[in-house]
Amino acid sequence: MSLDNVFQIAASALTAQSMRLNAVASNLANADSAHASTGEGYKAKQVIFQAVAINKSAPWAQGVRMTEVVEDKSPARMVYDPKHPLADPKGYVAYPNVDAVEEMVNMISASRSYQTNAEVMATTKSLMQRTLAVAAS
Amino acid sequence: MLNKIDTEIAFVQNALNLRARRHEILAGNIANSDTPNYKARDLDFSAALKNAMGADGGPLKLARTHGGHLDGSGSATAGGHVKYRSSVQPSLDGNTVDPDVERAHFTENSLHYQFLLDRAASSFKRMGQAVGAAQ
Repeated sequence: MSLDNVFQIAASALTAQSMRLNAVASNLANADSAHASTGEGYKAKQVIFQAVAINKSAPWAQGVRMTEVVEDKSPARMVYDPKHPLADPKGYVAYPNVDAVEEMVNMISASRSYQTNAEVMATTKSLMQRTLAVAAS
Repeated sequence: MLNKIDTEIAFVQNALNLRARRHEILAGNIANSDTPNYKARDLDFSAALKNAMGADGGPLKLARTHGGHLDGSGSATAGGHVKYRSSVQPSLDGNTVDPDVERAHFTENSLHYQFLLDRAASSFKRMGQAVGAAQ
């Protein structure tokens, strides 16, 4: 039954959006993990989505897949704090390049998309139940 | 007699298949609302239904010139009727999905699907009544 594919499409979207939420949570959790300006610290992570055919025999049914996690290339946030144990000789401490506002926007967008796809699943479920009810009536 | 039952059901069957197909396409659009370079697509429903019903109102038949040929009596296909939606305000990342538009189409499509299910149920019921009256 072709409505089956819709569950897989919506499920792939739910997985992808929850991965995006994971990345946001990880970024926000590490937003204040200071590191020495010379060393490698935490870099903000972003997920990359790609459309993918769910079923070989149904190329029009396009799900979504997370292809890779990329690190934000922008420079670390330098904060002047000479008392900090990780401060460099000039008194600067490096913080991850996480933009909290951007992450919050990302989080709202991801959770809205998640909700929409969950609704798609609920609608499809009721359509399938009604289809089965035709046979029973 | 059986032929008449078939023509009675054929329209609803083809239309339901195409509605389910469109449901998949719209679900794909909604799933890919954040995918860079994804272009929203939709089914040209009336063209696909015309194709599925054929000129004589029945399923489209393939010409068979050899006994080994397939008769092509499979379900309604929509291969050539999936088109890209023209976008009102495309994003910079090349994505043309407008979630509001897709949700509106999705709701409309599922209502049509339910309407067709009701039609199928009432045809079956009418046939049942006709059979019952003959007994």
